[in-house]
Amino acid sequence: MNLVTVSGPPSSGKTSVILKTIDSLKKRGLKVAVAKFDCLYTDDDVLYEKAGIPVKKGLSGALCPDHYFVSNVEEITNWALKNQFDILISESAGLCNRCSPYIKGIKAVCVIDNLSGINTPKKIGPMLKTADIVVITKGDIVSQAEREVFASRVNTVNPSAMIMHINGLTGQGSFELSTLLYSEENHIDSLKGMELRFPMPAALCSYCLGETRIGESYQMGNVRKMKVDDDND
Amino acid sequence: MTDINTTTISSLVAEYPFLTSFFKDNGLDVTGSENLTLVQYFAAFDSDEMEDRALDADNMIVQTEEFIRQMNAFLGKEDDVVKTVTILPGMDKSGNAEEFQELVIEQGEIISIVGPTGSGKSRLLGDIEWVAQNDTPTGRSILINGDVPDRKWRFSSADKLVAQLSQNMNFVMDLSVYEFVELHAESRMVENREEVIHRIIEQANSLAGETFSPETPITSLSGGQSRALMIADTAILSKSPIILIDEIENAGIDRKKALKLLLTQDKIVLMATHDPVLALMGDKRIVIKNGGIHKVIETTDEERTILSTLEEMDRTLLAYRTKLRQGEIITKIQTDWKEKSHA
Repeated sequence: MNLVTVSGPPSSGKTSVILKTIDSLKKRGLKVAVAKFDCLYTDDDVLYEKAGIPVKKGLSGALCPDHYFVSNVEEITNWALKNQFDILISESAGLCNRCSPYIKGIKAVCVIDNLSGINTPKKIGPMLKTADIVVITKGDIVSQAEREVFASRVNTVNPSAMIMHINGLTGQGSFELSTLLYSEENHIDSLKGMELRFPMPAALCSYCLGETRIGESYQMGNVRKMKVDDDND
Repeated sequence: MTDINTTTISSLVAEYPFLTSFFKDNGLDVTGSENLTLVQYFAAFDSDEMEDRALDADNMIVQTEEFIRQMNAFLGKEDDVVKTVTILPGMDKSGNAEEFQELVIEQGEIISIVGPTGSGKSRLLGDIEWVAQNDTPTGRSILINGDVPDRKWRFSSADKLVAQLSQNMNFVMDLSVYEFVELHAESRMVENREEVIHRIIEQANSLAGETFSPETPITSLSGGQSRALMIADTAILSKSPIILIDEIENAGIDRKKALKLLLTQDKIVLMATHDPVLALMGDKRIVIKNGGIHKVIETTDEERTILSTLEEMDRTLLAYRTKLRQGEIITKIQTDWKEKSHA
């Protein structure tokens, strides 16, 4: 089985891109399943089910979504292996711009949209910088020049990635993406011993543990203060 | 290539000046560290700081190397000349073979694409953009200059075979026309930037019905002005040898001039349209039906004669529009197209 991790900011078009891409994969006779990770709410699982795609949904709730992803990716992979799928696509939203769910040796796709602003590529951390494929969506609503500028900004922060333009509504470009997602060589039997491409940010302060009160005396653990003095003004 | 592991940052930047902005865009402040190598530079961070700033030294060095390689390839090369694009037949949605031998499109040609919505125009454009090699749903193959093309057309972000001018010309950036074109010129690594920017704005103004200044915010351009700016920008700045146009609305822009501008820049123009004035401006038109190329029609002499009548009608309509806009009472505009069509 092949595992593919897809990640990207909320509403960038991940689900649309995945759905259209799976259409093309299915035509090649491949059995595809999806694991959808989100934070508080998603009904994307219904969209997948409607399309006849086996799907598992995980909501991280009060936990950090990406930490939740890593804690569950092995189980979800085993589920897909047991069901003898050819490809498992994991979908997760990069919520804090610092995390990335990518695993060394596992194909990583980042979905980002043209409307997010030309400085966005600089702001997104490892999720964009360590992806193998960067899919840029919503190109139909901006000008050719903006598409070119945006793509070149993405290329500056991740020169080794392959950059693709996909229209999530019409599916233009999704066939092309589908040709890059499955190969015999990327076959895995388990995730045992594998590693994340990038460490997730440290947490564990009193607020992680449920503290709600504001004020220095309630802050414990991994706490850092901004420099707020007049010299900085 | 210089060994990136043993060269100091100052020598790297001296040899590859584009690294200054690359470091900046990646959030690396190298001031004061110019005498270090990149390895030493990263070694100076403690691991907390690296993690804090989401830096990965090994990855960053690999990416820097890749960026230098790409930029060298980009700066050092001659522009790719695409003289011809050849489409070899595949099949339609029902699996019937397309009924043409091969379709050769030459530099400087305009090809119209006609057919009902959903007939497969996008897939044809997609096949060209992806330089299909009998590996897309249609089974078509695309040749460049008569040969199986270089794979870079598929995989490089700097060398795109096709630039696409969509009907929607929205701008989401909050910039003036000058700043906007400048940004695009920067990303294309253009040298004589200022001159190029002015040329683009000048050309755009000659296409647009109403002129605009370099200081005009792009978000306040009219539909016609936006289209004019994008066409001038694509003609002059875009390196892609093929331009794909999805309809040009007939408002506030001289369409004939716009197509001419694209052709003087040695582009191949493919245009999906249902407007007879545009469609007949093409040298040939591709008729798409049920996902396949159904026919390729060369524009006939009679069609060309009719085109000039249509253009005249077009101008009449525009003249009435102008009168209306200026608050005038509509009176008969003297035209000769009726007489011509009777002649």
